[in-house]
Amino acid sequence: MKLPIYMDYQATTPCDPRVVEAMLPYFTESFGNAASRNHRYGWEAEEAVEKARGQIAELIGANPKEIVFTSGSTESINLALKGVAEMYAEKGKHIITCSAEHKAVLDVAKHLEQQGFEVTYLQPDKSGRVSVEAVAAALRPDTILVALMWANNEVGTLNPIREIGALCHEKGVLFFTDATQAAGKVPVDVEADHVDLLCLSGHKIYGPKGVGILYVRRRNPRVRLVAQMDGGGHERGMRSGTLNVPSIVGLGKACELARQELPSEAARTAALRDHLEKRIFAELDFVHLNGNREHRLPNNLNVSFAYVEGESLIMGISDVAVSSGSACTSASLEPSHVLRAMDVGEDLAHSSIRFGIGRFTTQEEVDFAASSVIGAVKRLRELSPLYEMALEGIDPKTVNWQAPH
Amino acid sequence: MAYSKKVIDHYSNPRNVGSLDKSASTVGTGVVGAPECGDVMKLQIQVEGDRIVDAKFKTFGCGSAIASSSLATEWIKGKTLDEALAIQNTQIVEELSLPPVKIHCSVLAEDAIKAAVNDYKSKQAPKEQQP
Repeated sequence: MKLPIYMDYQATTPCDPRVVEAMLPYFTESFGNAASRNHRYGWEAEEAVEKARGQIAELIGANPKEIVFTSGSTESINLALKGVAEMYAEKGKHIITCSAEHKAVLDVAKHLEQQGFEVTYLQPDKSGRVSVEAVAAALRPDTILVALMWANNEVGTLNPIREIGALCHEKGVLFFTDATQAAGKVPVDVEADHVDLLCLSGHKIYGPKGVGILYVRRRNPRVRLVAQMDGGGHERGMRSGTLNVPSIVGLGKACELARQELPSEAARTAALRDHLEKRIFAELDFVHLNGNREHRLPNNLNVSFAYVEGESLIMGISDVAVSSGSACTSASLEPSHVLRAMDVGEDLAHSSIRFGIGRFTTQEEVDFAASSVIGAVKRLRELSPLYEMALEGIDPKTVNWQAPH
Repeated sequence: MAYSKKVIDHYSNPRNVGSLDKSASTVGTGVVGAPECGDVMKLQIQVEGDRIVDAKFKTFGCGSAIASSSLATEWIKGKTLDEALAIQNTQIVEELSLPPVKIHCSVLAEDAIKAAVNDYKSKQAPKEQQP
């Protein structure tokens, strides 16, 4: 067992060796520019890119012509939101999203607000889920776009995408979903799920970093975008720039593997996740599950260990690589905006840990992680004045704390 | 975040963890911080005459907060109340090599010392007023 154990698969994943193998020839032998139409080098590269387009389209039930290559989900989100806003501004200037979205969406939304668009930020429920009723209530005649993530990157909660997509199509509003965490983990079908725009990223699905796609629907309705990158008019004019052929090949292979292995991997990771969850909840008191027990990713577990601060807990389990929603672990010194949006309480946000199970996680690793975290929580609670209060029957929430730091 | 060796040492082997009887007249208790801010320190002192003969702490917070309070108990043990009050957060920053984002941990430790001493003093005050 290699230490530290990697359990942060929602942050990134290692490249699958089969992905690397598929990529290698495109760095050296088949190095052509996919836009070169006059010789074999260019044709080879173009052929490889088109094969990858097909592999990616198949994972999400799209037509290969609807796939636009980008540098990753952040770029795809920028292209989708800004591109739609600029194209459809005459139709309306209202956009709906959610306060628990990834910062890539929230920051673009803020940018669009400065450009004169109006954004409604829906509040998710306590499990991080947005209801189709909430979307329906927020729709207006001038709404041009609904942007809601498929699966939350911190708590793994799944939104009711199919219902929201159906509603948007019924009302003639475009629907964008960030499927960065969902693709390859849960079934995604842009037709059945009524999705108009969707992004995914290579490095979250055992492909390379720096490559992703934006799915742009071509029929019923045909979605049009204003390009955000001017240049040679690549990718049907939507994203200029020479294609990153090796990474695109890798992303294609990663999508093919994800599609083939989805049923078995979803079951396997869910079993490991459930085992981890059961041990934590059986061996510790004052533990809270963040997220939705029913509608969630199979490979994510987000738990708050009350009365223990997240950064100190991470320090205590240095042989397990995980993330925390604690303020102290973030650059902004603010606790997780997702947990705040879910209204789980600032104190519990400071105590949260996200465990991510992945393709290479073993039962042995899960047991090691469970034992480490349980041991560290017990040790830190002996140091915790709040745990002492809780055991004395005083809820620290009822105390009038003096220092509003 | 990279921690200094001294922070890791105090985090791994915290000194003087525990609680003193907060109702005792010879014990001063300081509780500072707030759970929603991510750190709460409880620091207690046992006083004989004007000297701190024992100190205990419990801290909810990051590794630097735990280390700052652990170090504070180590430093104030054996000191007089006035000597304890003279401890500055900057000394804690220096000793533990705290980075700028962790300076508030040292401020909290200084506040905890002051709160504990003041609590002890306020317990003594009514007695002095009695004839």
